[in-house]
Amino acid sequence: MSLKLLDRFRDPELCRALLEKLDKELEGELRFMEVCGTHTVAIFQSGLRSLLPEGIVHLSGPGCPVCVTHESEVNAFLDLAGRDDVIIATFGDLMRVPGHGGRNLKAAQADGARVSVIYSPFDALKIAKENPDDTVVFLGVGFETTAPTIAATMTMARAQGISNFRVLPFHKTVPVALAALMDDTATRIDGFILPGHVSTVIGLEPYNYIAADYDRSAIVTGFEPVDILQSLLDMVRWRNKGEAHVANNYRRAVSDEGNAKAREVLYDVFEISDALWRGIGLIPGSGLEIREEWADMDAKREFGVEITEAPPLPGCKCGQVLKGILSPDQCPLFKKACTPANPVGPCMVSTEGSCAAYYKYKVD
Amino acid sequence: MSDKVLLDYGSGGRASQRLISELFLDHFGNDELNRLNDAAELAVSGRIAMSTDSFTVDPIFFPGGNIGSLAVHGTVNDVSMMGAVPKYMTCGYIIEEGLPMADLEKIVASMGEAARKAGVKIVTGDTKVVPKGAVDRIFINTTGIGEIFVDPAPSGDRARVGDAILLSGTMGDHGLTILGTREGLEFEAGVQSDSAGLNHLLVKLVRELPDVHVLRDPTRGGLATTMNEISSSSNVCCELEEGAIPVRSEVSGGCSFLGLDPLYLANEGKFLCILPEEHAEQALEIMHADELGRDACRIGAVTDANPGKVVMITKLGGKRLLNMLEGEQLPRIC
Repeated sequence: MSLKLLDRFRDPELCRALLEKLDKELEGELRFMEVCGTHTVAIFQSGLRSLLPEGIVHLSGPGCPVCVTHESEVNAFLDLAGRDDVIIATFGDLMRVPGHGGRNLKAAQADGARVSVIYSPFDALKIAKENPDDTVVFLGVGFETTAPTIAATMTMARAQGISNFRVLPFHKTVPVALAALMDDTATRIDGFILPGHVSTVIGLEPYNYIAADYDRSAIVTGFEPVDILQSLLDMVRWRNKGEAHVANNYRRAVSDEGNAKAREVLYDVFEISDALWRGIGLIPGSGLEIREEWADMDAKREFGVEITEAPPLPGCKCGQVLKGILSPDQCPLFKKACTPANPVGPCMVSTEGSCAAYYKYKVD
Repeated sequence: MSDKVLLDYGSGGRASQRLISELFLDHFGNDELNRLNDAAELAVSGRIAMSTDSFTVDPIFFPGGNIGSLAVHGTVNDVSMMGAVPKYMTCGYIIEEGLPMADLEKIVASMGEAARKAGVKIVTGDTKVVPKGAVDRIFINTTGIGEIFVDPAPSGDRARVGDAILLSGTMGDHGLTILGTREGLEFEAGVQSDSAGLNHLLVKLVRELPDVHVLRDPTRGGLATTMNEISSSSNVCCELEEGAIPVRSEVSGGCSFLGLDPLYLANEGKFLCILPEEHAEQALEIMHADELGRDACRIGAVTDANPGKVVMITKLGGKRLLNMLEGEQLPRIC
């Protein structure tokens, strides 16, 4: 997409007009949650948050896959990183996620673990080819956005006869998790700004239950300020009329049907499973695991990785922050015991976590 | 000489001497260095600015320069930020055995060329060759000194409420070039390191406007980090206009592709200038007259709103912090 076209979605005049309409048409309070870390950052980075009418309450959801990677999953890959015969390949933002006693991949690397930060899972295949005597384990963390690429990488590994490539499948899926959030009566969410990236793959259908069963609106939205404001205005207008809809306001990137080919690749390799979410706990049917037919590439099976519930971190309110019950600065640890240098909970870990965004961007 | 750097070349014996006389003296040669005494004898006067930096950049060759020219520009610029005329430099090379001699020659040649252009003499040096794996190909340390010609010298703690904040050009070019080259990305034309010696422009600027309060080059950590350092040392609020900060469209495009923020990327040929508002226009004129300050512009002002913080007025008119990063920027999952 050309940058010129994108500029239209950042146009200050257009934003001001939308903000005025929002302010004028808003009745009572609208509590909205975005469920993608890129939206969290966009809302802060553009300064939009400081311009929203008071009655528009912004709750940051569990949008970042790094944030919701469970402690026991982090411990599992840290253990793997410690093995002499393993090279870990990972996207960069997992490097600082703390597991046991605050240990992370950066520390493991300093202790001699072999960890490669890569931009694409296909790069991991190259590493596997160059290191035939080692096992290259790619950390499969992410939502439906990244899962198809990883499935495609596994397909390519098999086609090329690469036998030392494994994936540690810790994927989570978005739509099911939203139900878990709404089922918690403390959350009080009026509407969702739905993730653009994830929706390019899954389309609109998996979200339809949000309006049908929960009577709330949910809109697939782009990442520019005009996108976000237009979706908020739609939510306000629908609510004023007593309606709820699931809609796609990001047609320039997302088709209502999603990407059937990507889903085909994804579900050829993965199947739905239960998953543990950091700060939330077990959500049935919200994860992806590797099918039996692909067991030879499953690091979980090969290394006997067990994922178990862990007691919540003392004092950490991330569970409530992820659900939008508390705002980050209402957590007693925020900016004190919990900072980006020493993150206690998941929301401070990734640059796209809500606590990290508050810390980084919010003017006191 | 062999076509690869051997351990012998760092031995202090004949091989070392050959390397020094046939390579280093050939490119750096000047009266002070050519004597090859244990130390250089220098004539300097008045207050001296001194700065050191070690260069470990990977890749060692990149669009717009290489580790050799960078090692000169980095130190020359640091010395110049003090309102000083850089005069002399040292250089220490730590070379991994097996480095192609042609690479070393290229690096030394561009180092010599950069020093000549800056009018700085490399007056003493050291070469060590270490076994394979002990360093990554080549590390260079340079130390520079310059004569300070203004009193008080510009300093990070001298930003005052009401000062204008000027920036000499576009942000993120060097950092994106390095990270992109490392990832094997081919950029559109126009993305290359901005590595350059700023001393001639800075000397002109400070001679004409001695009341410059702060000069800083936003190198590692980029504009965001440098601005935070200044806000904190001066205990003032630096308010920046997001829309005024120049970033090449190729650079912002590359950054969004890699999940990076250009305001946190290193620059090697740009500087920040904070000075009383009444001198801002004249400072910009001086900068615009020089090729290295062609894109200079005013990016904000010093206020008392949030002391110690950098506040960004976004293009939408909203406010947010421009905070320091915890560590290096890491590519994101999605």
